Amino acid sequence: MSSQEEFSEENLPSERGGAVEPGRDPFADPGLPAHRPRMQDIDERAAKRSERTVAMLFLLSMVATVAFIASFVAFPVSKIVYVWPLGHVSILHLALGLTLGVALFCIGAGAVHWARTLMSDVETADERHPIEAPPEVKAKVLKDFAAGAEESAFGRRKLIRNTMFGAMALVPLAGVVLLRDLGPLPEKKLRSTLWAKGKQLINMNTNQPLRPEDVVVGSLTFAMPEGLDEHSEDFQKQIAKAALMIVRIQPDEIKSKRELDWSHQGIVAFSKICTHVGCPISLYEQQTHHVLCPCHQSTFDLSDGARVIFGPAGHALPQLRIGVNAEGNLEALGDFEEPVGPAFWERG
Amino acid sequence: MSTSTASSDDKNRRAPAGERVADWADGRLGIYSLAKANMRKIFPDHWSFMLGEISLYSFIIIILTGVYLTLFFHPSMNEVVYHGSYVPLQGVRMSEAYASTVDISFDVRGGLLIRQIHHWAALIFLAAMLVHMMRVFFTGAFRKPREINWLFGFLLFVLGMFTGFTGYSLPDDLLSGTGVRFMQGAILSVPVVGTYLSMFLFGGEFPGGDFVARFYSVHILLLPGIMLGLVVAHLILVFYHKHTQFAGPGRTNTNVVGMPLLPVYMAKAGGFFFLVFGLIAIVSAIATINPIWALGPYRPDQVSTGAQPDWYMGFSEGLIRVMPGWEINFLGHTLVLGVFIPLVIFPLVLVAIAVYPFIEGWVTRDPREHHILDRPRNAPTRTAFGVAWLTWYFILLIGGGNDLWATHFHLSINAITWFVRVAFFVGPVVAFVVTKRICLGLQRRDAEKVLHGRESGIIKRLPHGEFIEVHTPLDQADLHRLTAHDQHKPAEIGPPVDENGVRRKVGPAEKLRVKLSKGYYGEGSQIPKPTAEEYNEIAAAHGHGHEEITTGHGNH
Repeated sequence: MSSQEEFSEENLPSERGGAVEPGRDPFADPGLPAHRPRMQDIDERAAKRSERTVAMLFLLSMVATVAFIASFVAFPVSKIVYVWPLGHVSILHLALGLTLGVALFCIGAGAVHWARTLMSDVETADERHPIEAPPEVKAKVLKDFAAGAEESAFGRRKLIRNTMFGAMALVPLAGVVLLRDLGPLPEKKLRSTLWAKGKQLINMNTNQPLRPEDVVVGSLTFAMPEGLDEHSEDFQKQIAKAALMIVRIQPDEIKSKRELDWSHQGIVAFSKICTHVGCPISLYEQQTHHVLCPCHQSTFDLSDGARVIFGPAGHALPQLRIGVNAEGNLEALGDFEEPVGPAFWERG
Repeated sequence: MSTSTASSDDKNRRAPAGERVADWADGRLGIYSLAKANMRKIFPDHWSFMLGEISLYSFIIIILTGVYLTLFFHPSMNEVVYHGSYVPLQGVRMSEAYASTVDISFDVRGGLLIRQIHHWAALIFLAAMLVHMMRVFFTGAFRKPREINWLFGFLLFVLGMFTGFTGYSLPDDLLSGTGVRFMQGAILSVPVVGTYLSMFLFGGEFPGGDFVARFYSVHILLLPGIMLGLVVAHLILVFYHKHTQFAGPGRTNTNVVGMPLLPVYMAKAGGFFFLVFGLIAIVSAIATINPIWALGPYRPDQVSTGAQPDWYMGFSEGLIRVMPGWEINFLGHTLVLGVFIPLVIFPLVLVAIAVYPFIEGWVTRDPREHHILDRPRNAPTRTAFGVAWLTWYFILLIGGGNDLWATHFHLSINAITWFVRVAFFVGPVVAFVVTKRICLGLQRRDAEKVLHGRESGIIKRLPHGEFIEVHTPLDQADLHRLTAHDQHKPAEIGPPVDENGVRRKVGPAEKLRVKLSKGYYGEGSQIPKPTAEEYNEIAAAHGHGHEEITTGHGNH
């Protein structure tokens, strides 16, 4: 309805009178409104147009499916092309996706258009029935149940009932026990790493032993213990605990006495595994000696015993005591003195 | 095939083939009785009713594409060296799981498309379920008799989250491995049994060589199996209860008005499946999701910045990021509250919305069946609670992406974290109060519209010079629509003594119920509906005024 019609004089309230005759309940349900025919209901030509549209959509879907199969055969899997605005994409992937999408979408569009324009849109009402059973049904069921229960003697022969409950309660334990071999007991596994006295620090980039002169102020170096090999079977498990980060701080900038004692001329080594939930820490702020875990933003001050200065971590990063061996390479002077990584109940 | 001789005798008449097949099936399955009740079943129409359909269809799409992916994916953490066609990764050591996912993406024709459809459909599945749940919540569709179906739907949402998590962990790429590590770290925080749970789940120390295979059976068998059962139960109950509808002319609590399943909803709903599938396929063709090849295989000592879980896990990420790092050490043990508290709040956030229908049912003690939907404004306290919950949820999502907010909007990450810490408590309260007031305002507007009609925008000048705006009275259909909702009366404690003069005992639970009921339906919590008397009184007065206008008009 155009605004012109709506505000024309004959539509004004004064002429039309009240919407509801006086005296009757103005809020009463007037009942289902009469059906308003669509163009397709009264004009066969409009209906024909709808029919053609629907058929056209279904035809388009067929064409798209054929195009899908053709793309599958025609385009090599490794062919990359530039398509604006997507950038460099696999032409096979793009063609398959678009043709499949069109093939499916057109079936849907055709069906919905068919339903909306050509199928009857007369609204009808179904009656609802209460979900609850009528009282006589309920009475019958309760009676039947009582009869069944009585015949089973479930309530009377308590010995049967109780032993059955006992058996049913115990039998799932078999399943619980079976889960025992899912994994080993924790024991002290989380308390130790591969680091030990005399193990050299291996630079993870070069795979060579680290020398003090390799570590310059402002750089962040990652190291693993000597003897750990990327090809070994338990590499992932070992590196998850042993990963180490090394920075050099001017000794007079180190605030914690212990940290200075455990360093080698200002070269300090801390566990790389965040004490929050175990992400590897990888962001280093050279000026402040803060490191940040990119997962949950716990921030540690490496110049002050790696204490937590922001974020959800609960305790400082464990420090590894290091020195220099006879060949002049950096070496560990023992394992970490506390468990690395996230805290746990037995950590203490 | 018409070999039978034509006969006018009805007994000898061969029924059409379709009918004969149906007869055969009816003799074994009773399909005629089934069809009698359901073939022309009436469904009401409203745009919001299709949200559940999107959930259902994306679930089906996930199953179809998931079955395809299992044909190519190797759920194994054995280490291999990659030699496939993606050059940047050649020679890199990785798990078979990761290598086979890269193969699916680059060497299987159409594999990337199916992977992308699978992932996009999963994101849409969860989003559609959440929005569908909110539709059900805000319109009160969860009320009797549908509370159990609400729980089924809620379970589907929660299981969908875990199916999604176990699914995106399978490729064993750097991002998903980081997510698994986060989960393992959270499990370690559980008092007493944390380390045991972690060892049992991972078959030893993290990451071990087992979790991909274990997650795989959970992801493709255990959880989808349960979900399929729940989906079927959910749909059976939708059929059994019949769909809810909004109030309107001819639509009552004892009928359902709409169009029949055959043919309209067969075509509409069936067609809608193809629309959803088609759109997801197109999105998958042009928008890359989870490019695992760019991330590299998982290494516990490596990580990328800007690591984010899939969106539906974002609120748990928010909880863990904004929680202060509390740790209590005593008697050689550590209570890792900084991680354990978020781990406990995570399910509580979800349970808060799940139990709501039972709280409202307890407060109202309403024994009736409800098939007419509420407009959200007509249930201000419920609507306010829902908006408060959503606010809570989205504040946590902000917390989960605090690094992205910081980098994209040049904000301080510390400031964002502190904002979320405060807003976690304050946000829902503010949202509750504001929403309730908005609802009451909308109720007032409805009352105004019922009594005085719609503002027509036409200004008239009366003969004595006064300007008035002409109001168009509503027709009876609209009057009915705006006044059809019922308004509860707040519960009362009742007299302190019963009819025999004996003191009644009122328990604390009942006192709480009455208090809540007053909060729900007491003064200031709903605007009384206009009554017929009010309407007639005003209509009579208006009639007088209108005559004046008409007179003025005639003299013109």
